[in-house]
Amino acid sequence: MIFAEWKPLDELIDKLKIHRKVLLVGCATCVAECAAGGEKEVETLAPLLRMALKKQDHSIEIITATLEKQCEWEFVEQLAQQVAEVDAIMSIACGIGVQALAERFDPVVVYPGVNTSALTIREEAGLWAARCAACGDCILGETFGYCPVARCAKSLLNGPCGGTRKDGKCEVNEEVDCVWNLIVERADERGRLESLSKFKKAKDWSNSSHGGPKRVIREDLRQ
Amino acid sequence: MRMFVGSNLERRLAAGDFAVTAEVGPPRGPDPADVKKKAGILRGVADAYNVTDNQTAVVRMSSIAASKILLQEGLEPVMQIVCRDRNRIAIQSDLLGAWALGIRNVLCLSGDHQSAGAGGKLKGHPGAKNVYDIDSIQLISVVKGLRDGAVQEGGDSISPAAPFFIGAAWTPLGPPEKFRTIRLAKKINAGANFIQTQAVYDIKRFAEAVRRAEDMGLTDRAAILPGIIVPRSAGMLKYMNANVPGIEVPEEMIRRMKNAADPKIEGIEITLELIDAVKNLSGIKGVHLQAIEAEELLPDIIRSAGLLPRPRIY
Ligand code: SF4
Ligand code: SF4
Repeated sequence: MIFAEWKPLDELIDKLKIHRKVLLVGCATCVAECAAGGEKEVETLAPLLRMALKKQDHSIEIITATLEKQCEWEFVEQLAQQVAEVDAIMSIACGIGVQALAERFDPVVVYPGVNTSALTIREEAGLWAARCAACGDCILGETFGYCPVARCAKSLLNGPCGGTRKDGKCEVNEEVDCVWNLIVERADERGRLESLSKFKKAKDWSNSSHGGPKRVIREDLRQ
Repeated sequence: MRMFVGSNLERRLAAGDFAVTAEVGPPRGPDPADVKKKAGILRGVADAYNVTDNQTAVVRMSSIAASKILLQEGLEPVMQIVCRDRNRIAIQSDLLGAWALGIRNVLCLSGDHQSAGAGGKLKGHPGAKNVYDIDSIQLISVVKGLRDGAVQEGGDSISPAAPFFIGAAWTPLGPPEKFRTIRLAKKINAGANFIQTQAVYDIKRFAEAVRRAEDMGLTDRAAILPGIIVPRSAGMLKYMNANVPGIEVPEEMIRRMKNAADPKIEGIEITLELIDAVKNLSGIKGVHLQAIEAEELLPDIIRSAGLLPRPRIY
């Protein structure tokens, strides 16, 4: 899922304090999964904002909504009536949701309430970890199902750097497994360590954000 | 071994002499005098001198500029290149520039992550965007392409070729240990001619790793130079053992340093013993010596090890 987390409250207050009435919008998809922007979080954040604004003597009304998917136009449309009442929107969906609202409801200002940072999985309760970096040329089939692009701090493709710790953690973060250690272990378990001796040449990054903003046309879907 | 560029280091190894390399870390400021000072201390004691590339992700004078200063001072550089800060375009451009300036040895590394610079007393640049467009093994093959194929990574040709003597690093005792020899093989297959290793203190385990490399025929295809960092105190050894991946220090050596009347002298003693031990290992072609922020110790150490004066290179 796309992972996001709340921005510091002070930063949000700083943006909202100049407004009269604000719509706080969540999304029930990824950001609900990562407990940052679902309905529950909308209804938790709204009173926190009201309280903080009031404490600073700003009388600003905050109304709320949560869309099933903030990245689909048909759901975005459902906000039209509420948006008509406000002079600003704060979205706690991922950056895609924020931009969908900004595009549809121009010229109403839309603020992001969260920082979107990664494509993750929930490893356990309250713990999310990166799994994919949308590199545009998936190599999971050669790396025993572990992604070194997203999970190695240096995106190495030919094996671990010299920094793997004694306990198999990454030199960059003692809490995070060195993904190359995991890859090698799994390859070894499957008796296929030799497959990792093959040289992987420099990657073509052009099908990711490095190739310029992504734009895809599927003719079969355009009639 | 075929002669690629005829650098001091390459000719020393080709002659079958025991090679000595040392490290010269560029300064955090712009003063060439800082590099010249280290050059003055180390002139003549080694065959080539590694110039680090913003090691531990702390901004320093570029390895290309500091390498050029060494050349002017009559010292042969091994220019280190890390993959953290430059993409394949910038790296190749710098390689061509380095060649134009007379730099002939390069060492290809992944490089410390930018978060490493924020340790200790320095702030570093932990908010920097990293590059890691290519990894260290891909970098080796890029340098080999410029040398043997006169071709850039993207396929465009260059004229003339840019022949470099290519180095790589090896951390034989880092986990996953069973992969470390395979990774060494990958580096040599990609084009590495010489290998400088992570610091060695545990000779027994190091010898076993070298034996595995030898069994794969790797020690004939690339010259392995074990790294030795002059120990200065028991605390330093303890710290490296606990915190520097791939460095294994035997408990007994830490104890010995702790009980030493003069840890500085004991550290030199240990260094000499380590040099002697690796010299006697089959498959080892030299040493890579580091005395972090204490370069002045190296000339005496190298002399006491019987490695001075450096034999003439023909
Ligand atoms: S290899 Fe690329 S596409 Fe596949 S999981 Fe990793 S980043 Fe995502
Ligand atoms: S320790 Fe492992 S995960 Fe971390 S940067 Fe090195 S290879 Fe990548």
